Amino acid sequence: MNRISAVFESAKGPILNVYATAGFPKLGDTMTVLEALQEGGADIIEIGMPYSDPVADGETIQQSNQVSLDQGMTVAYLFEQLKDLRSKVQVPVLLMGYINPVLQFGVEKFCQKCQEVGVDGLILPDLPMAEYELEYQEIFERYGLFNIFLITPQTADERIRQIDSVSKGFIYMVSSASTTGAKTGISSEQEVYFERINRMNLKNPRLIGFGISDRESFLKASTSASGAIIGSAFVKLLAKSSHLREDIVAFVRGIKGLN
Amino acid sequence: MAMTYQVDDKGYYGEFGGAFIPEMLYPNVEELRTHYLDIIQEPSFQQEFHELLRDFVGRPTPLFEAKRLSEKYQTQIYLKREDLCHTGAHKVNNTIGQILVAKKLGKNKIVAETGAGQHGVATATVCALMGMECIVYMGAIDIQRQAPNVARMRMLGAQVVAAESGSKTLKDATNEAMRHWINNPVDTHYIIGSVVGPHPYPDMVARFQSVISEEIKAQLTEKVGRNYPDYVLACVGGGSNAAGAFYHYLNEPRTQLVAAEAAGQGVGTGHSAATTFLGKSGVLHGSKSLLMQTEDGQVIEPYSISAGLDYPGIGPMHAHLFKTGRAQFYDITDEEALVSALELSQLEGIIPALESAHALAVLPKLQAKPTEIVVINLSGRGDKDLATYQQRLNLV
Repeated sequence: MNRISAVFESAKGPILNVYATAGFPKLGDTMTVLEALQEGGADIIEIGMPYSDPVADGETIQQSNQVSLDQGMTVAYLFEQLKDLRSKVQVPVLLMGYINPVLQFGVEKFCQKCQEVGVDGLILPDLPMAEYELEYQEIFERYGLFNIFLITPQTADERIRQIDSVSKGFIYMVSSASTTGAKTGISSEQEVYFERINRMNLKNPRLIGFGISDRESFLKASTSASGAIIGSAFVKLLAKSSHLREDIVAFVRGIKGLN
Repeated sequence: MAMTYQVDDKGYYGEFGGAFIPEMLYPNVEELRTHYLDIIQEPSFQQEFHELLRDFVGRPTPLFEAKRLSEKYQTQIYLKREDLCHTGAHKVNNTIGQILVAKKLGKNKIVAETGAGQHGVATATVCALMGMECIVYMGAIDIQRQAPNVARMRMLGAQVVAAESGSKTLKDATNEAMRHWINNPVDTHYIIGSVVGPHPYPDMVARFQSVISEEIKAQLTEKVGRNYPDYVLACVGGGSNAAGAFYHYLNEPRTQLVAAEAAGQGVGTGHSAATTFLGKSGVLHGSKSLLMQTEDGQVIEPYSISAGLDYPGIGPMHAHLFKTGRAQFYDITDEEALVSALELSQLEGIIPALESAHALAVLPKLQAKPTEIVVINLSGRGDKDLATYQQRLNLV
């Protein structure tokens, strides 16, 4: 079974998915960050593959992408860093990034590498469903990779059902019309949207992302979904941390209430 | 099957195009995709569009026989005077069209990106005309370089926001405009300035700019007794003026389409914007096209003396014209463009925009025959480039 499905099946509390930009704050920090996230209790880890033009991301993640690229990160080098991933990290790992670097690496070769190092799924926000079904689905599935799709408050019910039918693992529910890190907290308007989605009885579980930054917003989001995703707030912590491992463990334990 | 140069029903020109957009933009782009053809084909829309082009923009723009230039190159040269459009370039043809579409879609705010500021000014202008709120993203570096256009936009009531991310130029302004649209999806329309972006933008912008070749056909008939030239020359950054000048000749085999790309300091120097010479297939700003990028798929910041041509991509329609060989592409250096700008000024009394000077610079390489007719799309006027001309041509 794909590790992602296993997490959703066995979860006792809300699922915490944390995003970390690869090669950030320092190029060589990738594995340290992953191991500390697991140690702190993250249930799923999303590794950001840096891109020069990340349009769905706000300032915090953009800057971390640029820093990582300036330090020499590439897709090929990331796979090199992840070659011993599965001897150290057991939680599901997703790669999040943009389609162009994947295209240049070669879609099939990319998927093959993912399978080789033990990546469980992909989040590629600028790979829309129609393109995915046309050219990518068959390859992704051949290498056992789940492609995670996003839905937003503006996504029509009919399209949500289509997305549900091609999704595996979970659906990434974007909490509001925004880029990452642009808004924080959860409003009553958003709760109405979460409830609307809950009533649709989708076959895939949902994780809520965008605007989740602390334990309070994590718990609130988790009442309307299987859990939530923290990105920008965590990247901010990485940017200012002086004791990476300790700070990450404390941050994750704080969100999960494991103090 | 006959070769088609128009967009297909999936939004592709051959292997290029599509709509590679995050889900957050899907409802807006889908709304536009399902409605744009119906809207722009409506008689009331067409009437309003053409009235504004006539009375506000000053169309039709003249097709001018450039006699002294013709004599020098021993051929028959006609200039399509887009430089005489209100706001100084062809850009306004598109912004008029798009703001009318935005109105029909019930939007009351406009966001746009701009490089040199020409598209920003054209957008701010139509927003003032229609009483719509206007936000223009412009790279922080371009704001420094193009102060007069920033002042124009502000005088027209637009809010100019500096794009501080990435390389702080046009591609980053485009990223920021897209992010703004993601954050404001309901009441805002994004007016893209070129034949780039996700489907249906390249097709929609090309249709609005196609008025250029529509007029050339009628004007040529009147002047030379046939509606097609032997060559149409235009510069290509994203490619909107070229798309407009080529549009009605795409399926005219007797017309050779010629595109001039900005080579900057030269194709091999690392300071260039000649996408068809240096780019590979890739995805940027919502469509698959030719793109200047590293081996790792990171977008390369281009360079050209002309701020309107230093874009790392090219519209998917042009990538297809390149790939199929339908259009011929020339790489024109900064130096060649400057020489041609000076030449046109002194032979014909017209100071061209630096962008348009790249199209003119194809003339010495074209070797057109004395009996042949060459139409050059003079996309903009040179006022905005005077500081560069002054410095580079030693006009002191």
